[in-house]
Amino acid sequence: MSTLQLPSRIPLDDYSSVIGAGEVAELRTLAKPLVGREVIMINSTAVGGGVAEILNRLVPLAEELGVNIRWEVMTGGEDFFEVTKSFHNALHGAPYHPEPRNFEIFCEYTEKNAKRLPLDAEFMVIHDPQPAGLISYRASKNNHWIWRCHIDLSHPHPAVWNFLAEYVPHYDAAIFSSPEFAKALPIPQYLFHPAIDPLSEKNRDLAPEFVLDVLARYGIDHLRPILTQISRFDRLKDPVGVIRAYRIVRRYFDCQLVLAGGSASDDPEGAAVLKEAQQAAAGDPDIKILELPAWAPLEVNALQRASTVVIQKSLREGFGLTVSEALWKHKPVVASAVGGIPTQIIHKHTGLLAHSVEGTAYQIRFLLSHPEIAARLGEQGHLHVKENFLITQNLKRYLTLFLKLGQLL
Amino acid sequence: MNAAETPFEFFTVAYLTRIGNQSAGNLEELLAGLEQCSDASIFHHTFQTLSSHHFLTEGFSNDFAQWALAEANRDALAEQFAALDIRDYTSIAALRADLCRVLRDFIAENPAFSRQEALDRFYFCESVEVTVPFAMQARTLDEFRDGVVAISHASFHFHFVSSRLRLQLRTNDFSHWLADSLGLTTLAETINHIDIYNNTLDSARSKILRLVDRERRKHEHAATPQPHPAG
Repeated sequence: MSTLQLPSRIPLDDYSSVIGAGEVAELRTLAKPLVGREVIMINSTAVGGGVAEILNRLVPLAEELGVNIRWEVMTGGEDFFEVTKSFHNALHGAPYHPEPRNFEIFCEYTEKNAKRLPLDAEFMVIHDPQPAGLISYRASKNNHWIWRCHIDLSHPHPAVWNFLAEYVPHYDAAIFSSPEFAKALPIPQYLFHPAIDPLSEKNRDLAPEFVLDVLARYGIDHLRPILTQISRFDRLKDPVGVIRAYRIVRRYFDCQLVLAGGSASDDPEGAAVLKEAQQAAAGDPDIKILELPAWAPLEVNALQRASTVVIQKSLREGFGLTVSEALWKHKPVVASAVGGIPTQIIHKHTGLLAHSVEGTAYQIRFLLSHPEIAARLGEQGHLHVKENFLITQNLKRYLTLFLKLGQLL
Repeated sequence: MNAAETPFEFFTVAYLTRIGNQSAGNLEELLAGLEQCSDASIFHHTFQTLSSHHFLTEGFSNDFAQWALAEANRDALAEQFAALDIRDYTSIAALRADLCRVLRDFIAENPAFSRQEALDRFYFCESVEVTVPFAMQARTLDEFRDGVVAISHASFHFHFVSSRLRLQLRTNDFSHWLADSLGLTTLAETINHIDIYNNTLDSARSKILRLVDRERRKHEHAATPQPHPAG
């Protein structure tokens, strides 16, 4: 069995200092009818990527509220993860040449996992396409199956979406990160924003000395402006586009660029993209390309806090939790208007949106020229995250959905 | 101070956002959506969005105004949408009628803009409401104060802003109870005049607490025996 051992838990009451005692009391009230009810969350990786990060925090909090919740991880060989990575990119709209064998591999691993994983909890929450086929092994209509799709399905490759669309209508509900991602489905579709944990190592306050120490370790000058993009080395995050935008900004400002990320365990393309970024940056000592371990939360936290402007120049995006992370740290953000990013960046209220390399460069220059506006956007961005994108809000949405689907009120 | 016969019952509220099957890429499509969408959708994009964006007190009032400004690039229309004050409405039907009227008038005056594509589409969503009693009741002003301090933002918005749709009155749950059950009509009216567009939910709550405290002091003062003037 692969039920995960979760990190040391943070008591729910500790969140009162961040969100207020009233919000915590509300969670306890909503959870009362769900005490002892069984929930199983299934995804495809225990580390790396936004989904694993959310589950790492969501599951212990729901457990503390008395929900009988478990997190299971689908297992598969390299062939399975290569297939699901190509599906992932194809669903984001990347070119794809459908091979019948790929669909067979998907179905074979689905069957293997269906034999191994418990599928009989009252509420089954299946995250993303990798385990979506498990619905075929639903034993009865007595429990509630929810498909939580974290990726941008607005321009999917038809072959891959048509394959998945055979499974999805058998769920009782689907959850998307943006209304734009929803499809014409015969089941109710809900909007859930992903979320960050304000008390996790990636987001909690840090001593200024630690931040300076991290900068020194990576050879970053804290006295000059720092532009940062934190992302996996993935073509859809456009690291080379970020370097091009930085080069435009450099004509006007003596600044540095930090591209930091690691490869998730289900992301075989990472090494190739990292190499492309290194080649694009060659010869410029002010570009730091940092390949962080899969789990380096304090370093990521420090790099975000040290940044003058945070960039998220994705070409496609599920939600882009790194945007919420930066906003939580009161940072001005320039980000692409794709996927769930405009939900986080309300243009000119909580950050600035861009649609191109040149636009990204222009907005960065604007913020570097107007620090008072940058500060206001950062402050409002922080409040936006506090209200809408914290893990406690995400927990509240799940509790509400379980209450609704289970007709427990 | 008196205790009310009917207690104020605090509720916890949570909303799911259900994604609808309508979207609009230009003003003409937005009008069609406004005419056809559910009441829960109008509620979501006006009352509910004010709650989830309460911290923006400059230039944000509802999703239609924000879309007209940021995506359709129609400042004058955005201003008209933003000027609709949800406190003036006790029914979704009346609010929908005014939203449609504003947009129809704009399209009539600017027909060239009606089919211009916006940068991004407007997606109609609905609020699905779940309410649960908060296990807190108030019969006195002191207990009422304790409750207002203890509730969440969503609960505060439920009682103070969206309540007028339930009551079908131009007031809110707090003012309604203070006037009807405790007879504190002046306090009730003052609370009802707090401007939710220029306050965050936190600052509106703080104002209510200050007003309640002032009322409590007034009653304490009235209840304290005054020394007789010497004479």
